[in-house]
Order: sequence, then structure tokens, then C-alpha cells
Amino acid sequence: MVDDNFKDDQEQKEKVDSKTDDGQGVSRRSFIKNSGIAAGGVVGGALLGGLLGNPFETEETTSQTDSQKQEKNPTEARMFFTRYEDFVVLEQATERIFPKDNNGPGAIELGVPYFIDKQLAGSRGTNANEYREGPFVGSKVVDSRLTRGQIFIIALRKMNSLSNERFDTPFNEAEEEQQMDILKDFEAGEIDMKDVDSSDFFTLLRDSTIEGAYADPLYGGNRNMDGWRMKEYPGSVASYADIMEQDEFVKMDPVSLTDYQQKS
Amino acid sequence: MAIKLDKTDAVIVGTGWAGGIAAAELTKQGYKVVALERGEDISSEDFIGSKDELKYEVRHDLYQDRTKETITTRNTTDEDAKPLRDQPTDTNGDGTGGTSTHWAGWTFRFLPFDFEIRSKIEEKYGEDRIPEDMSIQDWGIIYDELEPYYDKFEKTAGISGEENPLGPERSDDYPNPPMKETPSIRMFKEAAEALGYHPYRTPSANMSQQYENPDGETINACVYCSFCEMYGCDFGAKADPIVTVLKTAKKTDNFEIRNHAYVTRVLHDDDKASGVLYVDTQTGEEYEQPADIVVVAAYTYGNTRLMLLSEIGEPYNPETGEGIIGKNITAHYGNLLFTGVDGFFEDKKFNSFAGTGALGATLDDYNGHQIDNNETDFLHGFQLNISQGGAEPISNNPVPKDTPSWGKEFKENSLYYTNRHLGVGSMEACLPREHNFMDLDPRYNDIFGDPLLRLTVKFTDQERNLAKYKIEKAKEIMEEMGADIVEAPEITDETEFNQDSIHSHTTGGVIMGDSPETSAVNNYSQMWEKENLFVVGGSSFPHIGAYNPTGTIGALAYRATEGMVEYLEGDGGLLIEPKEEDKA
Ligand SMILES: Cc1cc2nc3c(=O)[nH]c(=O)nc-3n(C[C@H](O)[C@H](O)[C@H](O)COP(=O)(O)OP(=O)(O)OC[C@H]3O[C@@H](n4cnc5c(N)ncnc54)[C@H](O)[C@@H]3O)c2cc1C
Ligand code: SF4
Repeated sequence: MVDDNFKDDQEQKEKVDSKTDDGQGVSRRSFIKNSGIAAGGVVGGALLGGLLGNPFETEETTSQTDSQKQEKNPTEARMFFTRYEDFVVLEQATERIFPKDNNGPGAIELGVPYFIDKQLAGSRGTNANEYREGPFVGSKVVDSRLTRGQIFIIALRKMNSLSNERFDTPFNEAEEEQQMDILKDFEAGEIDMKDVDSSDFFTLLRDSTIEGAYADPLYGGNRNMDGWRMKEYPGSVASYADIMEQDEFVKMDPVSLTDYQQKS
Repeated sequence: MAIKLDKTDAVIVGTGWAGGIAAAELTKQGYKVVALERGEDISSEDFIGSKDELKYEVRHDLYQDRTKETITTRNTTDEDAKPLRDQPTDTNGDGTGGTSTHWAGWTFRFLPFDFEIRSKIEEKYGEDRIPEDMSIQDWGIIYDELEPYYDKFEKTAGISGEENPLGPERSDDYPNPPMKETPSIRMFKEAAEALGYHPYRTPSANMSQQYENPDGETINACVYCSFCEMYGCDFGAKADPIVTVLKTAKKTDNFEIRNHAYVTRVLHDDDKASGVLYVDTQTGEEYEQPADIVVVAAYTYGNTRLMLLSEIGEPYNPETGEGIIGKNITAHYGNLLFTGVDGFFEDKKFNSFAGTGALGATLDDYNGHQIDNNETDFLHGFQLNISQGGAEPISNNPVPKDTPSWGKEFKENSLYYTNRHLGVGSMEACLPREHNFMDLDPRYNDIFGDPLLRLTVKFTDQERNLAKYKIEKAKEIMEEMGADIVEAPEITDETEFNQDSIHSHTTGGVIMGDSPETSAVNNYSQMWEKENLFVVGGSSFPHIGAYNPTGTIGALAYRATEGMVEYLEGDGGLLIEPKEEDKA
């Protein structure tokens, strides 16, 4: 069961990942910044598409490797967040919480922002499985008359406006340290968020990020099970009976539910 | 108007262990039984392939449907209570099998000391040692009387275990040997023995081998799949009502379960219950189900609330101390009574992801009569344990305390320590206070417009002192186990009951005893006030001992069913004479 290929796989992936990151992502961002579009508010999808479609296709993006192609996942489009502007704040906030490092990918590469988007589009975002009779009392997210989805939007826009106020730049383009400053103020409960304590929102954001890093990939995060690989967590394994009594640590290639569950 | 259905011999509210045991025993005797279950129709098939941490362990999918009903909580009577809106911590379940499908399977017997707690404490430490507002009482049954029923439950559920060297006498061994011993369990046992303690393997409802119970039901051998507590078993290897007692009842052809049947009242006239009123939540139709006996087995909360809503028994009044229903709520509150210590190992890695719900070891050297309360600033005691339930990645990110909870350092440390961490856990007995109780909330209602159950709970120094003491003892074991960093939660005077404290081991509200003056039910779980009404489950505990409750719930349920059969066979009446001297 011990996975000898684990390390090789991992190195292979690292290379691919760093390529993706240095590719069109940066050019896109710097284009928007330089062109002033970011400051100018609404930009129609068609316009962005037209501007960013061909002009920035670099060599890297045209000669994608197989695994890069695989990563283009048709379920990765925004279901809950209607504004791209909100989503990029979410991306950066989750990345600060769970950053890419020598151990492996961070929140963005793991698909965490899309995971959160999907969660908020469902019952989690509308608090549909909860007791919702008033009066609503208390300052926790769960006690609010607002839904989790609404609270996320309020908070992300607050992050953006604070960044603009303090650093004269949108949150997603601020320096890491600047983004951290704002997140720390949320964590400390110092940001006014109507009837929700910002520290409790921060806990929700933090927990959602961890969920997205480690939930079964069926939810759209933990891309390629890389969250599990970093954690040396094997996923949906039918039985550990053989290793229970063993002293040595056992590393296994992870299994997700798509392989574990019965299928026709 | 409710549609009136044909009368049945027995109607049971709830299909967990308590209701399931009643169903099996009554149907085996030839009685016709209808069980009403508010939640979904759940079978073992629903659990196949359910290894989804987000769905079950994090979002608690098998827990109660809170869109219909919840509880409210507060600390004192001068506060407004707040509803528990989502599924933050371990609470009770919904659907066929109830909470009893996603339990972990630790299956203990309470101590003889627990059943005679007031007498024993008075005898050993004097009457004055019991604070005036501590409403502990003897249970109206002693361990020796309950022993055969413990034995019966352990055999039905195929418990895997070994004798507790400090435990009470047993009439028989556990039906199955203990589960496999992991390195962490070995380390705990060796450390505990070096410190002079008496560890033993935690009795588990996860099977160490394939087993056929006395009713002829097969429970498979556990394959150590890790997705156990908070999940239904993927392999039919965890004893739950679905693979045991409900299956037994179904085989008789005397049994019917109605799902989506939300019971709103127990109907009654003078000294008897006549049946129950329920709503089919899929059609909105209301029904009356008449029965010769009514068994309420709807968990502590449901049992207490149905008594209050149906106006059976006298509601407890904390101002006067009068009344019984709602009294003596106790629990293993998560932020205090269920706390443990963390150990981080720099040079040792464990297969922490592998485990089973009740895989572990326990010691009772500080539990009940083992500990000398002359030397402590608390009464009763606690158990210490190690368990390897299978650590899943969202829920388990142990880091030393000085690590931030997010960012670079968090990521680095949580990845590093995830398989280099062990915990020594504990569970302490919780003793009732006059200011802790359950009643109906005046502000919040369920979907039928009926008031929710309200919990009023405030911790005292008894719990805090006990917790501080046990944490020191747990630390010593963890140090002996060789952890490089040993850390414990800080218990301060501000540590207080809140919504995160709420846990699945909540008991009381319809408590048992030997007289109607001090209790709602006798030791057959028969209501003193309504002879054909049996209220079964943790609701009957006058206090919770330092163990998970279900072994004792199972034993009391077997005892209760014996009473039900006796009642149905005989001429009615109370099965036990109320104790005279307690009468006013
Ligand atoms: C995560 C978790 C782990 C646990 N682990 C352990 C353990 O290791 N050891 C241990 O001893 N205990 C454990 N417990 C506690 C254990 O599960 C309970 O003590 C036990 O299941 C209680 O059984 P019961 O039959 O009294 O109640 P339940 O199993 O809760 O059954 C009550 C049933 O009544 C139904 N009901 C309630 N109200 C109504 C109504 N108005 N109308 C119709 N139906 C209704 C419910 O839907 C439910 O099905 C655990 C609990 C949880 C949540
Ligand atoms: S660990 Fe064992 S008992 Fe628990 S769910 Fe898996 S197979 Fe079933």
C-alpha cells in the first residue's frame, strides 16, 4: 500500500502548478491594473473576454501539458458569486489563510474559492437546513437574519473597500501584508459588519477554506486530492485492518469517493 | 380533526436504541407494535459509500432536522434564551435508528456508586458535604438489579471488550474480545500502568469479529474503515438498531415503522395514556394512534418536551423546587466535562487517519468510589481514555497553542503535526443543580406552533474544579507517554455553558426514583402518574456518570420492556409500590 511514486508525482505537479501561476494569471492582472479597468467599476463580460481572449495568449498557455488540460474543469465557473470583483477578493483571502508553500498548493490552486462558491449556492449559503424563526439575537453568523451568502458578499466588499481606503488599491491587488492586515482586523472583531461580529465571519471564512482544502474533491475543492497528499491522508479507504497494529507510518496514494462509491 | 386509526397494543415514539429494544421485545412476545419516527426511512444501504467527512462529520447530515424543531439555551432564568440554529456540536439524530446509528459505540456500565450516589456520599463524606442546591438522588435501582439487563444489552449489541479491573462484578464476559491494539493504545496503557493505574480496553459496539446475537442477527466484523462516529456503518459492523433490534422486530410481522410521523402529544385521561397524536410531515395530515401502552423513546429532549406539551406530570419550578418534569438536566458539556489534553511528538508518526468509533482504552482510577473526595474540592470523579477514531483532515488540524489558526505558520505546523499528535481524553460525571433545568420556551416555536424546549444551564465550581484536576492527571499520562509538547485547555472561572457545550450525552428531565415525590418514573421507566406510559432513555437518569450513556440506556430499556410485558399480561396498575417513607 505504500506509495513509492508519491514524491515523483508531487514534484511533477509542482512544476505544472508553478507554470500555471506564472502564466496568464499575472498578465491578466497587470493588464487590468494598467488599463485602469479595475478602478472603473463594471466591465462587461464580452469586453473582458474580447480584451483578454487572444492578446494575452502566451506560449505557455497555448502549449498546455496534458495535466493542465485536465485541470480545466467545466464545473469551475461561478454559481453563487455574480460579480467577478467579489470572487477575486475571496480568492486572495483564502490564499492568505491557506497559502501555497513548499509543502504544496494553496487555496487557489486547490480550488477552494470554487468550493466556497458552490457551498454558498446551495443550502449552506441560504441556511436552508437551519432553524430560521425570529427574533434573531446574538452576533454570530448563524444567529443573523442574513444568510451566509449575504454575509460573505458584505464581508468581501468590506475587504475591498478597506483596501481601497487604506492602500489605495483593490484587495486582490494589495500586497500580501496589506491583505493580512485587513484579515487580522476581521479576525479581531474590529470591522463593523452590521449585526454580525466580524471575528465570527472570519471563523466562517477560515473554516470554509480548510473545508475546501480537505473535503472530498466531489465538492470542487481539494483539487487532484492534493490537500490530502500534503496531509498524508488516504481518503476513502475501505479498510485499515492490516495496518492498525503497526508501528510504522504508512503513506498511501489517496482515493476519493468517485473511485470508492459504487457506479453503474 | 385528526384521523383516528385502529388501536394497537403498543405505540412507540422514536426508533433509536430505546425504542428499538422495546419494539423487539414486545413484538417477540406477540404484541402488535407501531413505531412512529419523525425522520427519514433509513436503512444500512444509505450508509454504503458514505465516507464523506464534509457531509457527515462537519455538516452533521444524520442529525436532527432543525428546520422543524430545535432547542433554546440560556444560563439563568433572567435571560431570554436563544435558539440553536444549526448543527454546531454533537446532538441528537433523526430518522430510523435515531442517534443510535451514528454513535461511536463506547458501551459502558455505570458504577454501583452512581445508582446510590446520595446514600454513598452521605455515608462516606457526611450529609453536609452535599451542597444544598445539588439535587443528586439514588436511582431507585441498584447495580446488582440492573446487571442482568446490562448483560442482555451487551449481548444484543455484541460488545467487544475486556473486564475493567476496577469495575463492578459481571455475570458474564463481553460477548466478543477487544478490538485490535494500536501503537497509541499500547503507549497509553504502558504509561498508565507505569503510573500505577488500571487501564482496560474500551468496550466497543464495533465488532472485533463477526457475531450473531441472541436474536439471530448477524453483525459483521469491523474492517477499521475510520468513518464511524457521526456516520452510519458502511459494512454493517457497528451495532445499531437497524442491524439488530429493529430487524428483529420486523421479522415477527407484528411491527410497523411509520416515518415522517412527528408526534406532537401523548393523549391521556385521568390515570392512563390513550395514544398519541402525530402529523405526517409529508402530507400535513394529523392522526391519532390509540394504543394499550404508550412508549416514549424520543431522546432526552423529545421525552421531556412531550411530557411538558402533553401536560403530564408537574413541570419543575426552579424557584420553589417543586415539580419533576424538566429537572436534573446533566451532560458531558463539550467545553468543560469532555475536555482532554494534546500531546505533540517530534520524532514519532502515527497512522492517526485509521481508526474505529470506540477503539481505545480507559481507566477508572479516579471514578466514583475510587477517588477519595475528602481530598478533592469536588464530588464524584472522571475516567481518562485514549481513543483512535480515525482523524479526518477537515476536523483534525492539531497545532501547538502558539501557532496562529491560519496563514503560513498554521499550514506548516498543521501539516507537520497532523500525524504526530495524540490526545488523552476524559469524561467527568455531571451532578445536577436546582438552577439547571428544562422547560418550554415562551418565544420560539416549532413548525406546528408548539413551544420549543428551553435549557437553562450554568456551570459551578464542582465542574470547573473537577475539570482542572482531571486535566492535571491527563497531562501526567501524556508526559509519561513521551510527548514533547503537552498542552491542555485553560479552565477559568469564565468557562461557561454555551451553545458549543451542547453534546449528545444530555440526560434527565423525566427522572427515575423510588417515589413520585422525587421522580417521574419508576425503575421500569413507568410513569407513576400514568401506568401505561413508559418514558425510556437518558431522560430517566437522575445524573450522568463519568461514562457515555448508551450502555445504561440499553440496560434500562430492557428493564422497561420487561415491565411493559408484565403490565400487558397482568391487570394493569403500577409495577412497583412507591416507597412509603418518602411520601409527604
Ligand atoms: C456523534 C455521537 C456519538 C456518540 N457516541 C456514543 C458512544 O460512543 N457511546 C455512547 O454510549 N453514546 C454515544 N452517543 C450517544 C448515543 O447516541 C445516545 O445516547 C443514544 O443513541 C440514545 O438512544 P435513544 O434511543 O435514547 O435516542 P435516539 O437514538 O436519539 O432515538 C430517538 C428517536 O426519537 C425520534 N423522535 C424524537 N422526537 C420525536 C417525535 N416528536 N416524534 C417522532 N419521533 C421522534 C428521533 O428522530 C430519534 O430517531 C453518541 C451520540 C452522538 C451524536
Ligand atoms: S470503523 Fe468498523 S464499525 Fe466503524 S463504520 Fe467502519 S467498519 Fe463500521
